[in-house]
Amino acid sequence: MIKVEAVSKSYGNTLAVKQVSFEVSEGENLILLGTSGCGKTTTLKMINRLITPDAGNILVNGKDIAKEKPDVLRRGIGYVLQNTGLFPHYTVAENIAIVPKLLGWEKEKIKSRSNEIIEKLHLSEKYLSAYPGELSGGQQQRVGLARALVTDPSVLLMDEPFGALDNVTRTSIRKEFKGLEELKRKTMVMVTHDIHEAFELADRICLMNKGEIVQIGTPKDLLYKPVTEFAKNFLASEKLSLEFKIISLDDIWDLIPSSEPVRATSLSSSISVWDAMDKLQSAPSFVVKNPSGEQKNIAFSAITKAFKRYQKKQSHE
Amino acid sequence: MSEQSDKLLNQTLQHVGLTFISLLFAVLIGLPLGILIARKRKISGSVLAFAGVLQTIPSIALLGFMIPLLGIGAKPAIVALLIYALLPIIRNTYTGIVGVDASIREAAKAMGMNNWQILFKVELPLAMPVILAGIRTATVINVGVATLASYIAAGGLGEFIFGGISLNNTNMILAGAIPAAVLAIVLDGLLALLQNLNFKRLRKVLLVLPIFLLILSGFYLLPKAYGSSLTAGFTPEFMGRQDGDLGLKSVYGLKIHTIVISDAVMYKAAFEKELDVISGYSTDGRLKAFDLTILKDDQRIFPPYYAAPIVRESSLKKFPELEKVLNLLAGKITDSIMTDLNYKTDQLHQSPEKVAKDFLISRNLFKVSKNGKAGIVRIGSKIFGEQYILAEMYKMLIQGNTNYQVATKTGLGGTKICFDALLNDQIDFYPEYTGTGLLVLLQPKAEFAKQIAHDKDKTYRYVNDEFRKKFQIKWLTPIGFNNSYALMMRRKQSKELGVYTITDLKQYLDNNK
Repeated sequence: MIKVEAVSKSYGNTLAVKQVSFEVSEGENLILLGTSGCGKTTTLKMINRLITPDAGNILVNGKDIAKEKPDVLRRGIGYVLQNTGLFPHYTVAENIAIVPKLLGWEKEKIKSRSNEIIEKLHLSEKYLSAYPGELSGGQQQRVGLARALVTDPSVLLMDEPFGALDNVTRTSIRKEFKGLEELKRKTMVMVTHDIHEAFELADRICLMNKGEIVQIGTPKDLLYKPVTEFAKNFLASEKLSLEFKIISLDDIWDLIPSSEPVRATSLSSSISVWDAMDKLQSAPSFVVKNPSGEQKNIAFSAITKAFKRYQKKQSHE
Repeated sequence: MSEQSDKLLNQTLQHVGLTFISLLFAVLIGLPLGILIARKRKISGSVLAFAGVLQTIPSIALLGFMIPLLGIGAKPAIVALLIYALLPIIRNTYTGIVGVDASIREAAKAMGMNNWQILFKVELPLAMPVILAGIRTATVINVGVATLASYIAAGGLGEFIFGGISLNNTNMILAGAIPAAVLAIVLDGLLALLQNLNFKRLRKVLLVLPIFLLILSGFYLLPKAYGSSLTAGFTPEFMGRQDGDLGLKSVYGLKIHTIVISDAVMYKAAFEKELDVISGYSTDGRLKAFDLTILKDDQRIFPPYYAAPIVRESSLKKFPELEKVLNLLAGKITDSIMTDLNYKTDQLHQSPEKVAKDFLISRNLFKVSKNGKAGIVRIGSKIFGEQYILAEMYKMLIQGNTNYQVATKTGLGGTKICFDALLNDQIDFYPEYTGTGLLVLLQPKAEFAKQIAHDKDKTYRYVNDEFRKKFQIKWLTPIGFNNSYALMMRRKQSKELGVYTITDLKQYLDNNK
């Protein structure tokens, strides 16, 4: 886990990061969100000492990073960059093997682990001997991720990991990313300026502006309990589509009218309203089951009504 | 012929060796320096500017600067070449490293590489094509500049090139220039191939490259022909002439360890004991400046080079008083006087005008200019000190004794340019040497030339007759001094060894092998 305590950093007369504090618990994904120049990347890079803070402490897994050797610290933390940062003169296999080699792994272990990780990231083994320049943007980003994950670090830092991809690739790779087994147990800090990305992937979001934290909270907190005008305005234009994505059928379960029990294959109630509506494009209705075993029949009119009532309820709270 | 081809091979190997040994040192110095300034960008400006300034020093001047510091021969040549090769290597190393994508460097750091690992595994390999481009530039520069190394006795293809230029021998120039050009093209092509290799192959080649460099550098250390207790430094021109090194070998049987060196630095090198015997000119001012003495040419292989004005016959008719005035100087200047006058301009840096005037005053020949308006006499001169002084004297004599006006056209390059100007009525007269008239301008059959070349009077009569017949040009009475080739030694050493003639020298060498 990561603990950032009252950290500040300035460049000349500009204060890039002011008194920033937050905690990321084990297995949690915290996303630093904000416009460019808000200090989110600086904050991220201070966690693996690419940037040294002027004041404050950072603890990773309970140890003060200022007291560790930077090289050793960094080898234990996965890092993914916007422009992949792959070495163009190394093959994919060599790129993936960089950190294991620095850690002194044996050849056999490097090889078997490389094969394993590359398979998990849905990359064909034939790419291992290719150079990064021969791969597509999406494939390169996967290699970048494989390189960060190969040693199975408990902490992963990501700086706009999908920033350099086109929109289509980006959406699909994001979906894949969400489902990756390898990432489920990781403590992650990720930087993005893309609101949808943040809401889709985050456990909690840390909204930053002008070097300061505006609000930290779950996506729902940010949507329904913005603490300042800035937080409210920041999401205003995207609010509706964000709501569709983060509100699940569970959330509005009680507001969906009950129906006769049916014996049909049922979906989990954890799917988002957005996904449910997507489903209804191809079928007039379908059945969902909530964790307590209750089944309900879902139709378009039923969920739109329930969703509206939920929205109203949230704004009154 | 086979001797010449041996020589060509030897010089080519020397050239390659010289190029690569300096390149090797330039890489050893330039690469770390380039890395340093890529890390400490603040000092990059001043380091690059300094290397740039070094690059702008004319190569001959740079070689000249090296002599007091490092003497002559290989050391100063290597250092000078190294200096020229430095800038492209430093600059390209710097540019290459600075040009490495920041995100790649950041990734390397973020993965836990230390500075050395980043340098050797990321920055240098990625900068390598740019660095190689720098080395390529440096190599081609070095192949070119290495031709100048023969000026300071470091050998190489320059010996042929500059020998050929001095002797007006095109074949000899080409014998040096073509291999040098081919060398430059081949090396450039090979390095271009290297530069365009992909990363995988490049890695392997880069392991072999230093060994390759070392081997090529090794060519320079090939043993020299033969050693002797004394060392001679001869100009490229002297090396190729029958009345030069060839004559010394065939007539005297002189065997001396010889290095080829430029006239510009030869005297100084003798003075600084880098050389013991040099091939100079008997009236050169540096003879006096460096306290050298001439070894007597007791078997007379050096033909006399008596100076006399040569005048167009048409000009003598046009300016009836001219001959009489020019002959005022006849017989007035001996070898030692001419040496002294040359010394004043070359070493004391007095203007030729002042030196000429002072001399005329001392001989009561000087008269104030009459500022006449009776037509313009055009005086020519070749491009060296002695001729400037003579031209000034003639100018003053004409202005003081006649009503003619004078135009001087000094600095007319070499013999050929000067003589062509005279033939084509661009000038009326200039001072020429009997030996030059015979061997360079008339070029009679070798047999005949041999017979008369050593006799001062026969030569003078022959050139005068032939010039009148062929060119309608008249040789006036010789001025008195004989500016011929001469072997010289330091006066002190000559005394110590008891060597006063070339025959003495040969005997000394034979006795002290």
